[in-house]
Amino acid sequence: MTVREPDGDVPETPAGPSGQRPDEVLDCLGQRCPLPVIALARRLPELPVGAVVRVLADDPAAAVDIPAWCRMRGQEFLGAHPGPAYHVRRAH
Amino acid sequence: MPTEAIAWTDVTSSPVYLDAATAAPLHPVARQALLAALDDGWADPDRLYSQARRARQLLDAAREATAETLGVRPDELSFTPSGTSAAHTAVLGGLRGRRRVGRVLVHSTIEHSAVLYAAEQHVAGGGTAVEVPVDRLGRLDLDAWSTAVAGDQVASAALIAASHEVGTVQPVEEAAAACADAGVPLYVDAAQMVGRVPVPDGWSVLTASARKWGGPPGVGLLVVRKGTRWESPWPTDERESGRTPGTLNLPAVVAAAASLRAVAADAAAQAARLSPLVDRIRARVAAQVPDVEVVGDPEHRLPHLVTFSCLYVDGEALLHALDRRGFAVSSGSSCTSATLRPSHVLEAMGVLSHGNVRVSLHSGSTEADVERFLAELPEIVAELRQQAGVVGL
Ligand SMILES: Cc1ncc(COP(=O)(O)O)c(C=O)c1O
Repeated sequence: MTVREPDGDVPETPAGPSGQRPDEVLDCLGQRCPLPVIALARRLPELPVGAVVRVLADDPAAAVDIPAWCRMRGQEFLGAHPGPAYHVRRAH
Repeated sequence: MPTEAIAWTDVTSSPVYLDAATAAPLHPVARQALLAALDDGWADPDRLYSQARRARQLLDAAREATAETLGVRPDELSFTPSGTSAAHTAVLGGLRGRRRVGRVLVHSTIEHSAVLYAAEQHVAGGGTAVEVPVDRLGRLDLDAWSTAVAGDQVASAALIAASHEVGTVQPVEEAAAACADAGVPLYVDAAQMVGRVPVPDGWSVLTASARKWGGPPGVGLLVVRKGTRWESPWPTDERESGRTPGTLNLPAVVAAAASLRAVAADAAAQAARLSPLVDRIRARVAAQVPDVEVVGDPEHRLPHLVTFSCLYVDGEALLHALDRRGFAVSSGSSCTSATLRPSHVLEAMGVLSHGNVRVSLHSGSTEADVERFLAELPEIVAELRQQAGVVGL
């Protein structure tokens, strides 16, 4: 997994369905579940409340498991969009 | 060394089989009937000699006994080569029988893959499939179902009577009433109910699978109620009322019928015994394994089946770890499936799909088996989480 920092070359990243530009991108392409969920669980709490993470994950299970993780952890799932990418906002 | 070996053997010596929803261990009555029918029922029941007449008697008796258990007429029942082929035949035959009405098939999102693949073939051939969602507990959205079956050109509707993956029992009678109002025949996949709990009314076509109740693998049931507009989708074959082609495995059919009669007689007692064990698993897993999601309807459920998902745990690793400790279970996690996709049932419910375990009990499952599973599971999950470095996430 590679993590690109927000001050790096992510500005071309499209805004999520919420319209909010992600603060960070987690590239989990090629990783099998539960690895993308684990990457998200590791990184999100390190970011400030309100920050948005874009998780790139092509394991089809991520489409189920990232929203499910958000529900279990009380974090905000903003939506899925082409990438495949999932946007999550740190809610607390 | 020897002492160690003995200690190790003690822990793992008696394997605990907890995958009855895939195949229940062969019932002793099935075994006995199978052996007898291998000697007595190998001839072709359609021929005109004494061996054939004996085979015909066995087949007729098997059909009568099975029909009686299901509460249907013998001529409404056909034996098929599996539950899967019964499901294919039910779906495609229902569509074919009403092709002049339209080409729309309505089904839930949580059907067995046999039904979904039949629907896929129908769509590939120019037909339409309308999927009706379920809620987080896996319960059919009845309003959406009623609207869907009342739509234009609906030829037939398919509903799994109870989920094979999460155990949720569907509102079959309500769904059937909506179908009746719309004049649409309902096909019900009752594979996880037959032989365990009474099958609800209102359907026109029903299928089941013998290996789910302790019969041998390779026998399915297909029931088409009198008056249903249904036509076999297969090339013409006169056997089994023309509904399903090919020579039957008669010894297996005889064993299926004999064991169904036996398990049906004991079903209420088994359900009363197993259901509290499932409640115990639901409660203890939720209480003793951190970050676990026990899924499915806790009340309107099958008596023998429970499913849960463990956060951050790889499903395949979990199955292997359980197997090493002597527990046979199955999983809907993507890494454990041939398609590498998560279970469509868990997906439709919107519940965690990785680290998934389905436990399903049978008449041989004991309280001690369940206790041993519950005693060892928390440690197994904790170890896997430790290895993956995800503790405390
Ligand atoms: C609900 C359901 N329908 C159909 C089937 C298919 O039955 P069989 O395994 O006999 O092909 C199964 C079992 O796999 C099942 O659980």
